[in-house]
Amino acid sequence: MNGALSVRPEVPAWRLITTMALAGVLAGALIVIVHQSTQPTILRYKAEMLRRAVNQVLKQPERYETLYIYRGALIASVPEGVQSKGLDRLYVGYGADDQAVGFAIAAAEPGFQDIVRLIFGYDAMAGRLLGMKVLESKETPGLGDKIEKDAVFVSQFDGAATPLVGVKGGRGSDDPGEIDMITGATISSRAVIRIINNALERSVPLIAAREASR
Amino acid sequence: MQELFWILLSAMVVNNFTLSLFLGLCPFMGVSSRVETALRMGAANIFVLTITSICAWFLNTFVLAEAPYLRLISFIVVIASLVQIVEMVIKKLSPTLFRQLGIFLPLITTNCAILGLAIFQTNRGYGLLEGLFFAIGAGLGLTLALVLMASIRENSELASVPEVAKGTGLTLIIAGSLSLAFMGFAGLLSAA
Amino acid sequence: MRETTRQEDLLRGIWRENPVLIQLLGLCPALAVTNSVENALAMGLATFFVLCGSSLLVSTLKKLIPHEVRISTYILIIATFVTVADMTLEAVVPEIHKALGAFIALIVVNCMILGRQEAFASKRPVGRALLDAVGTGVGFIIALLLMGSLRELLGNGSLLGISLFGPSYEPWVVMILPPGGFFALGALILALGWIQQRRAPRSQPQEWPEGVADREAA
Repeated sequence: MNGALSVRPEVPAWRLITTMALAGVLAGALIVIVHQSTQPTILRYKAEMLRRAVNQVLKQPERYETLYIYRGALIASVPEGVQSKGLDRLYVGYGADDQAVGFAIAAAEPGFQDIVRLIFGYDAMAGRLLGMKVLESKETPGLGDKIEKDAVFVSQFDGAATPLVGVKGGRGSDDPGEIDMITGATISSRAVIRIINNALERSVPLIAAREASR
Repeated sequence: MQELFWILLSAMVVNNFTLSLFLGLCPFMGVSSRVETALRMGAANIFVLTITSICAWFLNTFVLAEAPYLRLISFIVVIASLVQIVEMVIKKLSPTLFRQLGIFLPLITTNCAILGLAIFQTNRGYGLLEGLFFAIGAGLGLTLALVLMASIRENSELASVPEVAKGTGLTLIIAGSLSLAFMGFAGLLSAA
Repeated sequence: MRETTRQEDLLRGIWRENPVLIQLLGLCPALAVTNSVENALAMGLATFFVLCGSSLLVSTLKKLIPHEVRISTYILIIATFVTVADMTLEAVVPEIHKALGAFIALIVVNCMILGRQEAFASKRPVGRALLDAVGTGVGFIIALLLMGSLRELLGNGSLLGISLFGPSYEPWVVMILPPGGFFALGALILALGWIQQRRAPRSQPQEWPEGVADREAA
């Protein structure tokens, strides 16, 4: 360290490669160890968040189960040899009498700023919504984020008839299919309505086919 | 097709990498004093972003599917080496192109826009084609921000500015105003 | 080699050579995640951890790392610590992890960290490297907290989520949006420049316009 001008000896290539490989292996090993010790907590939290969201939009069912969308049909368990990881899914909730009370459907589409991700409960028998919860959005704080935080707006989706129609806010419409849009956040409100309507358009035939085959 | 278009425009203007996500700030603050340089920097960026996107997709699909926790470390190593290889190839094949873009390539590797693109692309689960549109959109967005900034700075050099405001302070305030202007693009793509 | 005192190593990064406000390094996280004090603090602590860990390891291993591959090795070490920080945050404070999102992973390309390895940790003893990392890391946290408090206070009327101005305060929403990041940092840097300019005339009055020096004298 003392002679700043001393000539640096040539390092053979094998030493460079060994050092890098060794560093890579050590780094990988450390990451794997931390991964092993944190993964259970992370997975538990994610599952808990999902459980809470599903229970909230299905209005606290007795229990619920996951349905996978596989080859245009809803199935309760994935056939042997098929990865369930990449499949779209929805959740069916059951009441105390083991009757299906509704389906929880997650969907995502562009909002005002970026993609809005939400989940909603749908009562297929009555053709009405049970509830709606925004899972992820980057809408403007104070305006667009009311789709998530404004209790009055969110509660309108409880029992709303489908397909939803958005109307200008402030009128306090009594029609169950009409959603009062938030003043100053029309685009965000309209996006929520559009996301739900589009998701229903995709899911209702699947749900109907499943009911018909039972 | 509509979705691809959305991804492109979203990355380019609505959620501009530099002005709304703060990625790629180093060249934005450093290189953006001449329009000519800004354009070249932008072109080099589009190029590297596109390669990164393909690279990240490949890694995610074929290598990291079972070990997502090694993602960050593999991304950074692979991207850095790849850009270096590309730099050498360009130097061999087209010295003219190298003279125009080459000096920016090493700068870009350590630019957070590149790693940012790879991570965002992964988090959003984009496929190969979506990733490509995302990369091109992001690159165009960076170029747009760089060129706008450079043209403003070319003019502000001639303006009489109080001594204390010269330099970074002023650049940041200009960037803030540009970012504010870009907020006007929000909602553009939410056709309802 | 010019020797620095221990005190200097520790204190330099905190204010005089503050990584964000003076050296303008690590601007990306300083702008992107400082829309609330909470996020700023989490980001600051994560970066602090990565910086200290990397400096410690780099300076311990400095004899073993061949000069030719040193940058790649530093990046590898930094990326490892970032991954560890990422997973730990996700397991311990998932809400904050979600708010910070991809910006935790982007600590890897924070040039402040790589800069400290190349300029300091790779040349000094372990103790000094750690002191320097602690100083720089604290400086980074201070800068982020300044930004975070300024933006949360103006943009939301609160600090750490506790409302300070009451319901009649109309928040400057723009301050917690991206443009607010640029404005807040610009304002901080301008203010620092102004303070320095006010102080400067005492030592070299000839450099400044008359008005400033006159006011100082009066």
